[in-house]
Amino acid sequence: MENIFTQLPEIFSTTLWTILKIMAIVIPLMISVAYLTYFERRVIGFMQGRLGPNRVGYFGLLQPIADALKLMFKEIIHPTKSNNLLFLLAPVLTIAPAFAAWAVIPFDAELVLSDINAGLLYVLAMTSIAVYGVIIAGWASNSKYAFLGSLRSAAQIVSYEIAMGFTLVGVLMCANSLNLGEIVIGQSGGILQWYIWPLFPLFIIYFISAVAETNRAPFDVAEGESEIVAGFHVEYSGMAFAVFFLAEYANMILVSMLAALMFLGGWLSPFDFFPDGIVWLLLKVAFLLFFFLWFRATFPRYRYDQIMRLGWKIFIPITIFWIIFVGFMMQTPYREMFH
Amino acid sequence: MDNFCWVYDANTISGDVSLKNMFKKIKYYLKSLTLYELIIGLGLTGRYFFSKKITIQYPEERTPQSPRFRGLHALRRYPNGEERCIACKLCEAVCPAMAITIKSEMREDNTRRTTQYDIDLTKCIFCGFCEESCPVDSIVETRILDYHGEERGDLVYTKEMLLKVGDKYEDQIAKDRKEEESYR
Repeated sequence: MENIFTQLPEIFSTTLWTILKIMAIVIPLMISVAYLTYFERRVIGFMQGRLGPNRVGYFGLLQPIADALKLMFKEIIHPTKSNNLLFLLAPVLTIAPAFAAWAVIPFDAELVLSDINAGLLYVLAMTSIAVYGVIIAGWASNSKYAFLGSLRSAAQIVSYEIAMGFTLVGVLMCANSLNLGEIVIGQSGGILQWYIWPLFPLFIIYFISAVAETNRAPFDVAEGESEIVAGFHVEYSGMAFAVFFLAEYANMILVSMLAALMFLGGWLSPFDFFPDGIVWLLLKVAFLLFFFLWFRATFPRYRYDQIMRLGWKIFIPITIFWIIFVGFMMQTPYREMFH
Repeated sequence: MDNFCWVYDANTISGDVSLKNMFKKIKYYLKSLTLYELIIGLGLTGRYFFSKKITIQYPEERTPQSPRFRGLHALRRYPNGEERCIACKLCEAVCPAMAITIKSEMREDNTRRTTQYDIDLTKCIFCGFCEESCPVDSIVETRILDYHGEERGDLVYTKEMLLKVGDKYEDQIAKDRKEEESYR
């Protein structure tokens, strides 16, 4: 391997090496997205006393592949008078940031694609861009249902981003850094040092906002089947639809990953006698993802005004209060609790 | 005050400033703030996650059937091989969907027999009147519920096909008739 890289001009070798590293993140991510859809159907089935998909391969394990193949062979229908360029650009705009944000995620003390200082800021910026894809998809579809769905979706994403951002401010105050790796290292020293304990309300709010941010049940008004069919992607079919689907699940994994990094100690093991490692990070992410599925199986959909009320009138005041509280506690002898 | 519906509980008790109501209100807000009800809900679905699954995996497993089940039709024969149907056309007359078509003529031994006995299964409503009306227990409905046709007309069952079904499942048919005999 090394020989190939040393023989090439440096610009090529770096590019090639970076592309390989990106592939090492994106391919496992795609596979986990595929299997997340499988586990979602399975888990929700179990919670409803059903079995879920179990026909394709052992325990239905090939189901996501069958679904992907089906979607690939379906026709992509362009609605009449829709804007073709934007119509096809929207799925790309949705999925690109969902993948791009993974660049700064530290999987281990050393395993990070680009270790930039303002990693958290970068992640926030990337997840915010995703809303453009939603808006463009709704507008370019030339359908009132898609348009209404995209408006709802956009408003919801924008308002929950504020609460989400504030919860992250709490983490910043504790960690004194925007670098995700340093945030994790700040939590070293066993389960009791994790930021979830001093920032418990912020963790809860972060997680609920994350559910709202990814437009998942019970905050999935954007696709409320009973009123607006399927929301902003109602006119999409085949692979274009699959890309939206992929983006939604990639975003779910991303926000769970962020929660694991910022509140649950990332790759650090909960007890001193276990070695740290990527396994712990994946376990924590899987645990949080299970909650996404659990929520979907449990809660009925919120009404739109209720979502807005929860975001603006409950979450934002609580987060602001807790940030001030953390700041205050840091000036007292108890500051050790908040490092 | 809020006009939002999900604080209905708090709305109805607002306005009243008595101490008791204050407590009620505080209790309500604490309850909703700690996500109490939501956690109860999660507990319920969490329990069901481990519960026994009620899915019946169809081609391998089947639900129990009644001996009176009304599925695919069959024409029966006597034990000596003679077909039971005497072409009385009672079933044709009683059929509410007019799914049965019968033509008959005299056979060489001077008995009346059908030359054509068609049941259009796409018309049939599986009411069982034909079976009930039959004086010789010839036309019956069996327990077969999964059959298909691949081309137009495949689901119009002719006399030969119905007799074949009857021959194939005679044991089951006879057993079911015997079981239900006392109620008929």
